[in-house]
Amino acid sequence: MLEFLESITGVPTPLLFGQLLLGLINGAFYAMLSLGLAVIFGLLNIINFTHGAQFMMGAFVAWMLLNWLGLGYWWALLLAPLIVGATGVIIERTMISRLYKLDHLYGLLLTFGIGLMIEGVFRNEFGSSGLPYRIPAELQGAWDLGFMFMPIYRGWVVLFALICCLATWLVIEKTRLGAYLRAATENAALVQAFGVNVPRMITLTYGAGVALAALAGVLAAPIYSVNPQMGTNLIIVVFAVVVIGGMGSILGSVLTGFGLGIIEGLTKVYWPEASATVIFVIMAIVLLTRPAGLFGRA
Amino acid sequence: MTQASRRSVLAAGAALGIAPLSRARAQANTIRIGVLNDGSGMYRDISGPTAAACVRQAVADFGPRGFAVEVLYADHQNRPDVGSNIARQWIDTQGVDAILDVTTSSVALAVNDICREKNKVHINSTAATSDLTGARCTPNTVHWTYDTWMLARSTGGAMVRAGGDSWFFITADYAFGHALERDTGNFVRQAGGRVLGQVRTPFPGTTDFSSFLVQAQASRAKVIGLANAGTDTTNCIKQAAEFGITRRGVKLASLLMFINDVHSLGLQTAQGLVCTETFYWDLNEGTRRFTDRVRSAMSPNMPAMTHAGCYAGVLHYLKAVQDMGVAAAKASGADAVARMKGMPTEDDCFGRGSIRADGRKIHPSYLFEVKTPAESRGPWDYYKLLQTTPTEEAFRPVAEGGCPLVRS
Repeated sequence: MLEFLESITGVPTPLLFGQLLLGLINGAFYAMLSLGLAVIFGLLNIINFTHGAQFMMGAFVAWMLLNWLGLGYWWALLLAPLIVGATGVIIERTMISRLYKLDHLYGLLLTFGIGLMIEGVFRNEFGSSGLPYRIPAELQGAWDLGFMFMPIYRGWVVLFALICCLATWLVIEKTRLGAYLRAATENAALVQAFGVNVPRMITLTYGAGVALAALAGVLAAPIYSVNPQMGTNLIIVVFAVVVIGGMGSILGSVLTGFGLGIIEGLTKVYWPEASATVIFVIMAIVLLTRPAGLFGRA
Repeated sequence: MTQASRRSVLAAGAALGIAPLSRARAQANTIRIGVLNDGSGMYRDISGPTAAACVRQAVADFGPRGFAVEVLYADHQNRPDVGSNIARQWIDTQGVDAILDVTTSSVALAVNDICREKNKVHINSTAATSDLTGARCTPNTVHWTYDTWMLARSTGGAMVRAGGDSWFFITADYAFGHALERDTGNFVRQAGGRVLGQVRTPFPGTTDFSSFLVQAQASRAKVIGLANAGTDTTNCIKQAAEFGITRRGVKLASLLMFINDVHSLGLQTAQGLVCTETFYWDLNEGTRRFTDRVRSAMSPNMPAMTHAGCYAGVLHYLKAVQDMGVAAAKASGADAVARMKGMPTEDDCFGRGSIRADGRKIHPSYLFEVKTPAESRGPWDYYKLLQTTPTEEAFRPVAEGGCPLVRS
């Protein structure tokens, strides 16, 4: 079987397995980021273009906690989402909340502008080369899987991302709070009439979506260069993931995130030059055949 | 209307009539320098506003010599189309005489053609492709700081001598990466080594290199050549450490690494890597003097060799302008560059040197090793000098570049 695989793909099987696994790891980041976007779009109808900057802020806050306050990775995992989520709450209260009655486009432009400004401030303050952040001592080292060396930290990223995705899905689909949220999306006035504070709920939802982005940023800090443009590079891909999965579909964005990570990983073996483009080709095909996305409701 | 106010109206009218004349005279006596580089992307720290600050420092150090100098700055976003548009606009509508820095080889080659077409001066510091003084050389171009051939010879040569005779390249998929891979590959083959393969990574926009690193490792090459720069390089080094690639005896050749990249990686990760630069702030009296002068204008950044190149390039250009006269310098960029080639260079950053017929500025190159955390005495104390390649040997021999200017 393995020989057969090798003969048709022209790539040694161990290498292929390794690439599938690496694709899965990248997929974990796509899933985490698209999850936050899907939550925000599904419940607020805002296309949050600040998401990349908020991912970057998560990584920078982790660096600041370590270098300014001496708080390590595990503290950052807890505190960075709270801090960045709080900034999200402020942004929602002071600016985004004024746009709900207007077309989607205004929210998109506003969040895009805020994202550019946040990036600009960080660039002026910290430069563009990036800052060092080390893998926590507990997660250093690697497992020898036979076909490749698997860094323990990457395994942790996949596991943690899966838990986050599952928890978010459970909260929204299976709890009373989630039911309120979904109901408020359908008919805010009616839910408010039942005594639920809808504006506050929406604010906190935005904060939670932003916190998810920051959490992904903390996860990324030890393996990617912590620099102001780190979010920009990812966010466009993540938007494609959300569109392919179906705007607002939480399960869709998670599954698509992992799936596209794997497809991208395989492209890196067979046609590396196209690895940055493949996701957009898929997006074009999906939009032509299923305009609402793979898991979206038309 | 009173007498007085009628007179003032007349005076104002006269002034309006004269203003364009005096402005034209001021224009004729002003050299305009446009600094064009990456102001918002991954190469910002090695070029960016810091390069503009160094150019302004050069203007200040040159002092008032009977003509005015204006410095403009723009961000080309690493895109050849944006860079070309800005260059054309500067030259056509704003009277720019010289374009400086031009990070990113793909943009630099585009701007190179425009400066030739419009007969302006192009002093390049940060783009690396050796084609600027090879097949694509022009009489309007000076390539100041470094190039892919020189990097390949110094870092690549050192790796081969240390026993790294089989290579696999991780190459940024654009003009610079291709040139660096080609030039280094040639050195490896000449020294009897083999190139086992390469992978071309999309630029910009690649963050995860683990897949490419695993492919490189699977080739069983002794050396993984990083034919990329900026955050591409730092991401590669960070992730190679994570995947334990360097622990198992494979060497990483960071063919183009700047001090700002070392700062970004931290000494813990970067220690032991070798890289080649033509300027280091703590190299000698002159470099320390220069750094002291510019440091306050660029904090928290530190001058890289590319910034030093911008400084020295402008200083030399202004000397040439003074020597030949502003009118002649503005009339023909090619004449200004010819005058620059005819004069010996001298500055705090690179010492004494000269510019060859093909536009290549020549000076020594230095092979550095990154210090361990214990060896470093403080912030930015990162390098120890391993080897100096003398001026005559550091750059590609003028006859081998294929520059049409030399043949004729």
